[in-house]
Amino acid sequence: MKLAARVENVTKTYDLGPALLEQPLGGSKQDLNYAPMNADHGRILVRALRGVSLDFPEGDFVAIMGASGSGKSTLLNLLGGLDRPSTGKYILDGIDVSQMSDAELSHVRNQKLGFIFQSYNLIPQYTVLENIEVPLHYRLGYPAIGPKEQARCLAMAQKVGLGERLDHRPFQLSGGQQQRVAIARALVNDPEIILADEPTGNLDSSTSNEIMEMLKSLNQEGRTIIMVTHEPDIANWARRQIVMRDGVVFKEVLTEEVLARHGGVLSVH
Amino acid sequence: MSISRLVRIVQLGLKSLMLHKLRSGLTMLGIVFGVFSVIAMLAIGEGASAQAQKQIVALGATNIIIRSVKPVEGSSTDQNAAGSARYGLTRTDFKRLQKTISTITNAIPVRELPREARYLKKAMNCRLVGCTADYQDVNHLKINKGRFISDADQDTRANVVVLAHEVAMELFPVEEPLGKAIQIDSIFYTVIGVTNERTASAGIGGSLAAQDYNKDLYVPINTFRSRIGDEIFIPKQRGMDSEYLELSQITLTVREAKDVLRTADVVRGTIERFHTQKDFAVVVPLELLKQADQLRQIFNIVLGSIAAISLVVGGIGIMNIMLATVTERTREIGIRRALGAKQRDIIEQFLTETVVLSGTGGFLGIGLGLLTPITFRTIRWFTLNFILDTRPGQLSETSRMFSEMEPAVAIWSLPLAFGISVGIGIIFGLYPARAAARLDPIEALRHV
Repeated sequence: MKLAARVENVTKTYDLGPALLEQPLGGSKQDLNYAPMNADHGRILVRALRGVSLDFPEGDFVAIMGASGSGKSTLLNLLGGLDRPSTGKYILDGIDVSQMSDAELSHVRNQKLGFIFQSYNLIPQYTVLENIEVPLHYRLGYPAIGPKEQARCLAMAQKVGLGERLDHRPFQLSGGQQQRVAIARALVNDPEIILADEPTGNLDSSTSNEIMEMLKSLNQEGRTIIMVTHEPDIANWARRQIVMRDGVVFKEVLTEEVLARHGGVLSVH
Repeated sequence: MSISRLVRIVQLGLKSLMLHKLRSGLTMLGIVFGVFSVIAMLAIGEGASAQAQKQIVALGATNIIIRSVKPVEGSSTDQNAAGSARYGLTRTDFKRLQKTISTITNAIPVRELPREARYLKKAMNCRLVGCTADYQDVNHLKINKGRFISDADQDTRANVVVLAHEVAMELFPVEEPLGKAIQIDSIFYTVIGVTNERTASAGIGGSLAAQDYNKDLYVPINTFRSRIGDEIFIPKQRGMDSEYLELSQITLTVREAKDVLRTADVVRGTIERFHTQKDFAVVVPLELLKQADQLRQIFNIVLGSIAAISLVVGGIGIMNIMLATVTERTREIGIRRALGAKQRDIIEQFLTETVVLSGTGGFLGIGLGLLTPITFRTIRWFTLNFILDTRPGQLSETSRMFSEMEPAVAIWSLPLAFGISVGIGIIFGLYPARAAARLDPIEALRHV
């Protein structure tokens, strides 16, 4: 099976600057391996990811779970090409993107990735249609937005059920509608992977289900979806669930197994 | 960059600016006034220099003026038998110049002396000028009544005089001056003409004293020589000092303007050869014109720079607002970056906004600048009226200059001011734009 993405032994360390004198200096190597935050050569380092290897086959639907500080957001940022790993490789669609320049990485984000955020992140002064258009503005070579592109934006809006509200601005839409605009926007450049960061975090349960239905149908169309969530109900929509803890993969299970073994709830701890 | 992309990014800039109309408008105002003041300052500078040039042209661009200069006291002066100081241009110089230099079309000998003119009980200190008929044309004197000195007057050494405007007003406030006789020293001269009022020529570059033509008495130079002579006695504490001077000035007219500078060199050489002391000065109005041109450029640069400071202040205003905008739109920047915008795209977006802002401001400033002459005239009308109301009849020399000056908007200052305003937009927009582009996309997305 073709891999949409592959993460090989990735680490991510944040340097928070020089340590204060009260901080323990130069702790043993073993300490460093266990503590997510420690001091090294007088600097505070946060080891957010400490060697993560994952494969994402094409057409996969994965939920990444974990408590806050477990490294799940850092992993999503790396997968989304918003950040680069400290060590290790990130192979997206057969290409190693872990050492790419900012401009190259921007192009990868534009062409191969679609983002859905918890807080929708629409541009407030833009209409629905204009928001869906935004990724088209940053294509390689900046081709003009012609009738073909406009038709595609319209098609995407209709696909998410907003064909009637093209001229509305984000503040005129409900949360669920805004998230649907974000989904349309994520799809407009026909990306390899859709990354969703707590896509239902700001929505009530019925709207959440609508959004998840939509993601599920996108997955059934063959799109790879990687979603971060801390809600087990939402995670159960995915095919596979990965639990992060202390910067490493703690558990990796299929949803079928979870539903069978844990009565529908995967224990995070 | 393709046109469609340019249009798109300008539209985007306009859209963002229109979100905060008042803020954008106020920011733009700084540039509007900056550009306006650059254009206005340059227009006023141009106007002032045009006025100076007009005065120099009045001296005659094809003229060369040679004046006698009294050598510095103590230096070796030629002494004649009577012991009087002898210096200055001579009639021989005049004939030599007239005969030897072919580019000279006209030469006028002039002898001047300060003298008192009397008529009945009225007296006035005047400048007695011995000259020829051509003096009138060369100095652009206009005759109000009667006629100017003629060649016949020269030949007959007639005792005739032409009065300048102010002299005529002073000596003949009510009477008709023509035909009357005025007294200079002990000799009477018949008034044959009166000139029109003529504005004084400015003293330019320090080499030519300002000349007030309104206190002149013109007599034929031959009459001058016969009646007054070359030797002048000046009373001193003990006895008399005497001066021997044949001509005060020679005015030469050159056929073509391009020959003026070369002719002036030859004139200098010709006179120098026969003078043992430095007792003459050659004034070339054309040179003065060139000096005035240089002066005008300096003047323009100074005025323009002062105005440019206000443009810089406008630029700082833009930078301030753009920095605030970047902070305010951090989230938007994060979204765009996540959706594939490169750092360069963000720089271009914010830079376009500042350039649209400063460019529009520059455009409005040019519009306002074009109204400078009208604005200037209105202000002048109010100020002059105010002066006349509060202190009637006290229009000073400065305010007279002020009242005659016409600001001229220099066409070249329009693209210049516009270019500077756009340049300011780029310079002051670059920092906020770079600040925006360098935001970490993850941090920017998290920004509330």
